[in-house]
Amino acid sequence: MTLLATTTVSMYLAVGAVMFVTGVVCMATKRNALGILMGIELVLNGANINFIAFGSEYLRPDSLGLDGQLIALFVIVLAAGEAAVALAIALNFYNNHATVDVDQADELKG
Amino acid sequence: MTGLIPTLLLAAVLLPLGSFFLILLAGHRLREHAAVVATGAILIASLLSFASFFIWVGGHRDTIFPDNDGQVTVPADPDSVASSVSYDESTSDAGDDHDHGHEGSGHDHDGDDHGDHGSGHDGQADTNHDTAGHQTTRIEAESGEYYTLGVFGRLQLTIGYYIDTLTICMFCMVTLIATLIHFYAQGYMHEEEDDEVVDHEVTLEDGSPFKRPGRYHRFFQYLSLFCFSMLGLVLAGNVAMVFVFWELVGICSYFLIGFYIERKSASTAANKAFIVNRVGDFGMIIGLMVFWTGCGTLSFGDYHNQDGTTAAGLFSQARPADNHHQLVTPEGLVKLSARSEIRAAVQQRRKELLQVGLDLEAPEREALIAAKVSQLRNDDPNDTTRPRYGYWLLIVGGLGIFCGCVGKSAQFPLHVWLPDAMEGPTPVSALVHSATMVAAGVYLVARFFPMFAPEVLLVIAVLGVITLFIAATIAITATDIKRVLAYSTISQLGYMMMALGVGAWAAGVFHLITHAFFKSLLFMCSGSVIHAVHTNEMTEMGGLRRKMPFTAYTMLIGCLAIAGAGIPFVIGLSGYYSKDAILEQAFSFWQVNNSAFAGLFFWLAAGGAALTSFYMFRLWFMTFAGQPRDEQRFEHAHESPRMMYVPLLILAFFAITIGWKLPDFMATGNFHLTGLLETARPAGLHGDSQGLVTALTWPDEHKSHAWAIKFPVTLLAFATAVLGALLAGIFYLARWLDPEEVRESLPSAHRFLIRKWYFDELYDLVFVRPAHLIGRVIYRIDRVVLDTILHMSARVTRTIAVFWDRVADQKVVDGVVNWTAAMTHRLGIALRAVQTGRLRQYVMFIVVAAVALFLVISFFFQSPASAGG
Repeated sequence: MTLLATTTVSMYLAVGAVMFVTGVVCMATKRNALGILMGIELVLNGANINFIAFGSEYLRPDSLGLDGQLIALFVIVLAAGEAAVALAIALNFYNNHATVDVDQADELKG
Repeated sequence: MTGLIPTLLLAAVLLPLGSFFLILLAGHRLREHAAVVATGAILIASLLSFASFFIWVGGHRDTIFPDNDGQVTVPADPDSVASSVSYDESTSDAGDDHDHGHEGSGHDHDGDDHGDHGSGHDGQADTNHDTAGHQTTRIEAESGEYYTLGVFGRLQLTIGYYIDTLTICMFCMVTLIATLIHFYAQGYMHEEEDDEVVDHEVTLEDGSPFKRPGRYHRFFQYLSLFCFSMLGLVLAGNVAMVFVFWELVGICSYFLIGFYIERKSASTAANKAFIVNRVGDFGMIIGLMVFWTGCGTLSFGDYHNQDGTTAAGLFSQARPADNHHQLVTPEGLVKLSARSEIRAAVQQRRKELLQVGLDLEAPEREALIAAKVSQLRNDDPNDTTRPRYGYWLLIVGGLGIFCGCVGKSAQFPLHVWLPDAMEGPTPVSALVHSATMVAAGVYLVARFFPMFAPEVLLVIAVLGVITLFIAATIAITATDIKRVLAYSTISQLGYMMMALGVGAWAAGVFHLITHAFFKSLLFMCSGSVIHAVHTNEMTEMGGLRRKMPFTAYTMLIGCLAIAGAGIPFVIGLSGYYSKDAILEQAFSFWQVNNSAFAGLFFWLAAGGAALTSFYMFRLWFMTFAGQPRDEQRFEHAHESPRMMYVPLLILAFFAITIGWKLPDFMATGNFHLTGLLETARPAGLHGDSQGLVTALTWPDEHKSHAWAIKFPVTLLAFATAVLGALLAGIFYLARWLDPEEVRESLPSAHRFLIRKWYFDELYDLVFVRPAHLIGRVIYRIDRVVLDTILHMSARVTRTIAVFWDRVADQKVVDGVVNWTAAMTHRLGIALRAVQTGRLRQYVMFIVVAAVALFLVISFFFQSPASAGG
């Protein structure tokens, strides 16, 4: 009880921020395309945690309510679609270049 | 039953229009059946007209057939009763005539003791008694509107009708003659049925004759439109509508006169007819404007306003019933002419009222204006001290309307188009010269007669008598058979106009109708001759009566009719009655006024009668009698097909009998065309009338039937006709005198006549040449001045454009565009460096940019929450 009573939005936001930053760092450092995809998932879910936190009535009396959860659901759906497309790109890229190293994909540079 | 007449006549008007549109749209497919369509339409229209004629005569039996024993039948119309009762003077006059006539006939009986002839004469005299004593009752016209085109304030434009006996008689005459001409034209125009017509009158540049496709259907299409226009004109219930149909008649004549459009002479003649008529129409428009502005309506009869009230038409305004239908200056014209006086009176009254603190109320204002109008009005011929407000406007309006009639009816000085109109096919000439175009002018004068002030009548009479004399003299020397007839038409139209002008309303209209019959007969005969010998020149004809007896003898009947042949006081051809009636009135006019000027009308008309007889018999003798002058043409000649001579026979029958009195076989009373026309005489024309400005008196037409006038005039007319015919016989039949010798002994006179009194030359000198001169001057101005200005301005514009192109376009506009392009290019090059293709670097950019954005926003835009916190 006490744990719940002392839990605040900022804690959730902190977890979300950590996840977001982890994801961004992952995207920025990984050369493997799949690793980057994972980083993206982390970024998205870090954002999701924020929405859930803002939508929870236990944490804030003037919460977004169901809207927050709905947005989170949309994000999940979007992430699924995005993952499918990105994996397809990665697969094709592998077929053409026999690697998933994104540094190799610089043929369109200016 | 008479309520049916407007519908019947409307159908009769619209049928030819339907035929016109049918042929217009399907003419190429109809081909020779176009004639059947057009003829059928006019034939049915003719039947409808005669149906309305019988309905009309039946409906007004009491008025048209007075009892045989001479009792006045009481007219059903209370208004007419009032008018006939109130005319003490005129009825007593008429009564005198009646008695007088009886004495005359009695004397004749005793003295001559000609049983048969006597009874014929008796009948004749009786007719005159009827006309003199009892048939003064006018059958009131039926007027109404088919459709209202528009209402502009108090002005109202409608498609209306105005039907009286005149309308009915005109309908019957026009449709009957037009029907016969349609049949005749089917024979005359048969050459046009071919796919290729060779026009020998037109030679091409290589010398070969001109060839074109036949225009049979188009001819009948125009004929239909022509009939529609003329019938519409006769039916029209207001002057605006008359004007519209008037112009339609003009354009149809233009089409038909210029039917052989490839011939230079034909197209020129068509233009001439059209332009000369425009001159007259200009005057007519002035007349229309006067009446529209002054009287506020153009309707002949009384009409219904939109709000259901009845308003007085033109005739009621000029001849109000409470003034016994005598001519007064219409109130509207007085108001128009004295508007400043009336305004002054109204303002003065208002000032007076304002001083006692009142305002001028509308009813009092109206009453004040009415009082002022009746005070200013001056219709008293003896009062010459006061100005005649509005009367001059009435004269101007009347002269304006008459001006249109001068053009349409080819009166001096606008008569020059008619002889040239002979360029059209002969059936057209017959139609134009008898029933339609030229009749329209005389008809309008007769229709508009109640509005004409005596001074206008004087102008009409003067122009009429000048026309009749000039045209008759020109006809003497013409050698083109159609031209002789054309001048004879002008001369006869002059008779009609003069008759109307000296007050012989019934005689003028009667002559219009009789003339229509014998002139169409004459024209169709001449067409038959031309068809046979292929020339218009009488000098190449002669002896043709052996080859074409039907044409020759029907034409002889026409000549006799136009010369007014008859046995004096017994019986005669139609022209005998109508021309004598005109001369009688001219004589009566002379007797009443007793001045040399008034006598001129009679003597010129009588002289014209002698000339008429001379040139008509000259025509007949030169064409049909004697020896052929051109053997080849004579051999070639043949009688025309039956389609052509049967209409001639019918017309000849009417030319003989139209003036006769019908036997009393229906036990209703004697039927007589003049008697019938008397019922159309505008109300208020009995009794003498006097001009307000001129000192002349117009005698009652009925007085001209008095024996003291009838006897000398009939004898004189007979003598002139015989004299003319004898002279023609001496010159051209017996050849006791050679026309050549006369010609050589009077060369200048002959040249004067053959040149048609130099009218064409005069107009050429006065109007055409100055017009050309002005045209040339303006052409020079155009070339030298205007063109120079134009070229200068073009050059200046060009220079400015070149300069502007260098400065503004190349420097400014192009510069901006090029600079934009260059900058875009450079920006692209610069941004190219960022596109490294390294994904992780992009992510770093995103992160850095997001953080930067976050920092910027949190520093510069404080959220309300944090600001509050």
